Amino acid sequence: MESAYPSLNELFVYLNTTITQVSIYYSHIPGSGILLKYIKNSHQNDPFRTALELLLVFFAIIYLFTNKYRTDNKLIELTPREVEELVEEWQPEPLVPQITDDDERELETIPVINGPQGPKVKLINGKSLLNLSSFDFLGLVSNEAIKEKAIETLRKYGVGSCGPPGFYGTFDVHAEFERKVSEFLGTEDTILYSQGFSTINSAIPSFCKRGDIIVADNGCNFSIQKGLQISRSIIKWYNHNDMEDLERVLRKIKDEDTGRRLTRRFIVSEGLFENFGDITPLPKLIELKKKFKYRLILDESLSFGIIGNRGAGLTDYFNVNPKDVDMIVGSMCHALCSSGGFCSGSFEITEHQRISGPAYCYSASLPAMLTVSATESINILKQNPGLPSLIKFNTSLFKQLLANVKYLTLNSSKDSPVIHLRIDNEVVRVGDIQDKERCLQDIVDEVMNNGILLTRAKYVRFQELFDIEPSIRICISASFTKKEIEKAASIIKNAATKVLKNRAY
Amino acid sequence: MIVKQEGPVIKQRYVSKQREDDPGWKEEEPPYYFLFTTYLSYLILICFGHLRDFFGKRFLSKNYKHLKEQNGYAPLNSDFDNFYVRRLKLRINDCFNRPVTGVPGRKITLLERETKDYCKTFQLTGTTRDCLNLSSYNYLGFAQSQGPCADAVEQTIRKYGISTCSPRAEIGTSNLHLQVESLVAKFVGKPAAMVISMGYATNSTTIPALVSKGCLIISDEFNHSSIVFGSRLSGAFIRVFKHNNMTDLEALLKECISQGQPRTHRPWKKILLVVEGLYSMEGSICNLPKIIELKRKYKFYLYVDEAHSIGALGPRGRGVCDYYDIDPNEVDIMMGTLTKSFGAAGGYIAASKDIIDHLRLTNHATIYAESMTPIVIQQIYTSMSIIMGEDGTNEGQERLERLAFNARYLSTNLRRLGFIVYGDRDSPIIPLLLFNPAKIPAFSRECLKRNLAVVVVAYPATPMISSRARFCISAAHTKEDIDEILKICNEIGEILQLKLSSNKIRYTIEEVLRDGERNL
Repeated sequence: MESAYPSLNELFVYLNTTITQVSIYYSHIPGSGILLKYIKNSHQNDPFRTALELLLVFFAIIYLFTNKYRTDNKLIELTPREVEELVEEWQPEPLVPQITDDDERELETIPVINGPQGPKVKLINGKSLLNLSSFDFLGLVSNEAIKEKAIETLRKYGVGSCGPPGFYGTFDVHAEFERKVSEFLGTEDTILYSQGFSTINSAIPSFCKRGDIIVADNGCNFSIQKGLQISRSIIKWYNHNDMEDLERVLRKIKDEDTGRRLTRRFIVSEGLFENFGDITPLPKLIELKKKFKYRLILDESLSFGIIGNRGAGLTDYFNVNPKDVDMIVGSMCHALCSSGGFCSGSFEITEHQRISGPAYCYSASLPAMLTVSATESINILKQNPGLPSLIKFNTSLFKQLLANVKYLTLNSSKDSPVIHLRIDNEVVRVGDIQDKERCLQDIVDEVMNNGILLTRAKYVRFQELFDIEPSIRICISASFTKKEIEKAASIIKNAATKVLKNRAY
Repeated sequence: MIVKQEGPVIKQRYVSKQREDDPGWKEEEPPYYFLFTTYLSYLILICFGHLRDFFGKRFLSKNYKHLKEQNGYAPLNSDFDNFYVRRLKLRINDCFNRPVTGVPGRKITLLERETKDYCKTFQLTGTTRDCLNLSSYNYLGFAQSQGPCADAVEQTIRKYGISTCSPRAEIGTSNLHLQVESLVAKFVGKPAAMVISMGYATNSTTIPALVSKGCLIISDEFNHSSIVFGSRLSGAFIRVFKHNNMTDLEALLKECISQGQPRTHRPWKKILLVVEGLYSMEGSICNLPKIIELKRKYKFYLYVDEAHSIGALGPRGRGVCDYYDIDPNEVDIMMGTLTKSFGAAGGYIAASKDIIDHLRLTNHATIYAESMTPIVIQQIYTSMSIIMGEDGTNEGQERLERLAFNARYLSTNLRRLGFIVYGDRDSPIIPLLLFNPAKIPAFSRECLKRNLAVVVVAYPATPMISSRARFCISAAHTKEDIDEILKICNEIGEILQLKLSSNKIRYTIEEVLRDGERNL
């Protein structure tokens, strides 16, 4: 190794002379002094500083020479003539597909009601029917006190609100309703939306962003599905109402994400499932959410006003602290017989939505009349604490009467007034979904001939994420008499037998 | 309770119709000094915000608790996203969400409020303030608690009740729905129409029913949030063109059609162009004649959102087609809201019968959402009949012409006073540009002092530089009201240095009040 020193020395001498030569040449370039001074200044006997500066220069050069970022960087070069030809050639599909015979029938079978909604309705063809399909569980739709209140409001506020809440669309009646709901539910604050359907699909994306994790029940309604889709969060599904599966999913997520940045996590479920008529086991859900540190979004659109001793929904029914549910989403178009929706929770939850809930910020607020009628419905519910138990009574009577129905199965929880009648596949020979829908529609038509109004549960099937068995959805109202329920049950039974008898195994 | 909504009887009329000699909409730039100070102001605001955060997080950490991880829960708001709200918007919170009561008509009654913690929370003082209303979308003045509309609505409540309690596709359809739908179809000049219970949902649930993966949506950059929401839900590819810029649109169409879908380069299944008739922040009217011309060549489908233009534009109030005298059948889908000109709520879609039938089966709102309530339907029915003159009076036409006059009179004279005003001359939405961020709350508060309720808009609803006050004119305003507005604006314009137009011809306020009606 020693022999290497002399040659190294020579190398140094050579280097030194070259550097001196270069620096002499360099000093002849005009302006070079300034640059040298700058480098010396910035160097300050600290090689790190120089390295950093060099790195910056390097990046600046790279940046200058790379192409501007474009999403469509794979454009094919075409001459203007070719473009013209392509434009000429292109033929779009028709905007909407041809209407099929099934579609035609579907449109024809939608009943048109002539006159008011209520427990009894009159169709446009003159038939008078008992209405087992309306979401008017409390029987408030034709309540005179509410009508008077609405007229009073009309004479003070007019109809439309003519503006979004941010721009002079926040009326005192809105604040009053929000206060009333919070008080009724036992939450801190509430925010009012102007359509039930658009409430949860706006509330979810105002909190859930890209990278957040949402664990949702796969029986959730369409509005929730759309909210999840638009949030761009990571979505995991658990089997409908299966708490063991939920725990498995939560545990799996926990095991997988060691060392990842903590993101927001949510569990989304419905209180009373629109598509199944069953109730979610809330206490278990709360236990799991606390254990795994998730926030809970509960869609009580159907259960609010119906379930529980006071009718305050699932928290009332299971007697849990409403503050354990982070967001309670409700709707005023069902039991409250008005229109619109709300989201209730802590101040932090509502205040955030007032700034970033798209359907809140960019939509006109709910007309004052509809707000006041909803407030009045809550008042009536409070003054008549017997109403929810009346629903319960009617429901259990109806279920008892239908318990031994042939060819159909009843899908519903014990205390739920929403009942899905589905074709019993084990007893009846049926084909695909279309065929089942046809069978059910036959039952609906048959029942209608005997004075009962029913409807199939309708879906936009090709956009639903999960397949749902076709069903007839029945809603039991507090306003039915015992006689009416008995009559309805027997007519439904007979109709089912008449339509499905021939297909029985 | 005395209701203040005296129907003005005035002579001033004008017909809303495209004019060859109109300068059209143009976005005038302010002098460089104001551009520079605007950017500087934002820079100072942001620096100061960070400074406050820096010290706040160290010394008052309990105020920042909600931005930090708590007990294993990630914060609901990210620190970064929340910065703008926390440090910029909070300062001027008193200009937004002002609570009101009564009819949002010619005048609006504000519930006065005060803040003790710099706009974090507000307490109502219990007093009210009557202001001239320049904020509500009450174009034709149908926000009324008296008169034919309210009387008809009262009868409907007594007969039909409040709600329908079911979606349209199940049992929520009543004879009222069918009646109002045929009236809407007749009004806009299309074979069929359907109504939806919320204006926002009309866009957000219809677009996904029309296009899907493999389709392309071309959207104006200033399109409303509901269009963006619906487009994103549809799964279609979205491209955006510069606001009302037809050259940019044509270049984009050429590129998209010739290149096909990204990566696979297969041809698009269909292309849907979504534009608004009248843009709610710009006051600009879409260039429909040119779009129709492009449509013939490029074969895209056209969806026009007439949220603000229906009832507010055109000699017969039928929207942007009427304004340009274009056959409505040139437009595939006409969407509009019923909240604004009609003083009701909800929206409509009008198109050919095939399209409407398809939508009745696939539109999310028809299948899942509550149907429109009888009271809202009645308001629409009566107000629309009045506009169409079917009530046998001339009142509808009078309202339309009054609105057209008010819009033209105010926007022209604000320009003459030297303000920078965006938008078309005939637009009932008149944005007055403020630029500097400090002028946003100042303008709003000064107006409020003078009993004028105005809307101020800033980033992110507008580009950062062009904060503005937005006036919505109504047929309920009288000429005296507009003169009052001009006087107030002139006064505040002097205080806040808002007259920045480069236009050399300036009128004084006296000249405007004397000659304002000439050469509109």
